[in-house]
Amino acid sequence: MSRKTYEKLGREKLQRIIDTCRSVEDRSLDPFLIDVNSEIGTIKEYFGEWKIPEDLCLDAETLHHIASVVKLQSEWVKHRSTSLYTDPFLLEDKLRRMDKSEIARTFLKAWHPLIEWEQLSRQSLTEAMRYWKTLIPLEERWKETPPLEVAAESATREELVRQKILRDIAFSEELEKFWKELKTSVEERGKEGRLKYWDFIGADSYDETVDRAFMTSFLVTYGYATLEIYPLEEETFLVPFEKPIVRSGKTQLISVPISVSFADWEKWRRGELK
Amino acid sequence: MEKGRAKVSKRKATYSAKLKRATHLLFFKRHAKPGVKGWELRKALGSDYPKVLKIMDDYLKALDLEVKTIFEEGKQIEKPSSEQLDKARFYVALRGDLVPKEAKMVGWRIDDFAGLAVAIAYIVSKKGRAPRDGVEELLREKLPGWKVGLNVDKYIRYGYLTEDESGQLYLDWRTRAEVDQKGLIDLLLTFETKS
Repeated sequence: MSRKTYEKLGREKLQRIIDTCRSVEDRSLDPFLIDVNSEIGTIKEYFGEWKIPEDLCLDAETLHHIASVVKLQSEWVKHRSTSLYTDPFLLEDKLRRMDKSEIARTFLKAWHPLIEWEQLSRQSLTEAMRYWKTLIPLEERWKETPPLEVAAESATREELVRQKILRDIAFSEELEKFWKELKTSVEERGKEGRLKYWDFIGADSYDETVDRAFMTSFLVTYGYATLEIYPLEEETFLVPFEKPIVRSGKTQLISVPISVSFADWEKWRRGELK
Repeated sequence: MEKGRAKVSKRKATYSAKLKRATHLLFFKRHAKPGVKGWELRKALGSDYPKVLKIMDDYLKALDLEVKTIFEEGKQIEKPSSEQLDKARFYVALRGDLVPKEAKMVGWRIDDFAGLAVAIAYIVSKKGRAPRDGVEELLREKLPGWKVGLNVDKYIRYGYLTEDESGQLYLDWRTRAEVDQKGLIDLLLTFETKS
């Protein structure tokens, strides 16, 4: 069997496991219908074959569904051991054999309806009166507030830069500058021509870090650098190119979401982030 | 001696006032759902509200009514903490049971009660969750087809059942408050059908 056929077969098997688990989860079927050990064996068998993120995601999803089934099995065992456990088939059979009035009469013995009155009380009337007295007439409540008059005047370039509508220097210039900085950083602090993503984008303030992550995303998109991602080790590296690479239209680009949260930034500051 | 008697009568007057207030709170519907939360009772009656409810329950016994406590998620708790009591909901419910003639006064037909019993029992037997299709299929054995969907909607509207976006039915707050689920299942299973 060729490697491609083997991988295809693996994907189909994982998808089948997901579908079976889903049907157990959605239709309240007996979770013990699934042989967890055998399914885990299948996942293990193909795990070494997966290289691309889509396949690894499929593998993770399968494992997630297996975990859900294990949880359902545990709940099933717990329920069976409680006094509320009833064999559904036995009960269904009984319900089918009983007539309507027998079922209704039986239900009435276990039914203790709640008592609820909806009449007005003296207290609720007093509260209502108090509310009515303090209620402002509609005319006043719906009075329109006139819009504030703002005199129009032209903004200076400095003001637009300050409001971050315009950048101080042209974007392409800034990108080139940033690319040079990446190359220098890789030479000084990197290994094997690459630098850890967070070691490049990380800055003294969180705002600056986000700004650098934003610029880095353009470096990668416009072919100034590339990302090397190792999902299992949870490591991401930046590799700058000597010359910007022009990608042909045929190459399919993929988006890589990278979280730059405040918590991650704090971890990086403490040296806890990979 | 006089001082002691005055103290007792003052305490009696306080509890009598609290009892009246508790009656108003528990009998009159104030929110979309009937009943009162423990923290609301504590705010209105003070931290000794469980004692007030106990006195009230004793009074109601003669009227075949009772003060019912439903804890969060319908759990049964032997010795609840004050925090668990604050989160619980308190209702006044019928202590005994109704005979079929009386049940008609509620405004429901015998079909509606039978359908509700079937739906609740079926969901309980399926660990508290069952697909709506399955419940409707079972109801169709006893009720006319056109009525089945309407009845399930009615049970949902009244708070006996609830449905999620994937069409699964669960027991809702009113079933937890009104129906002795274990009692119902036992009664159904031990019912001697005419062969």
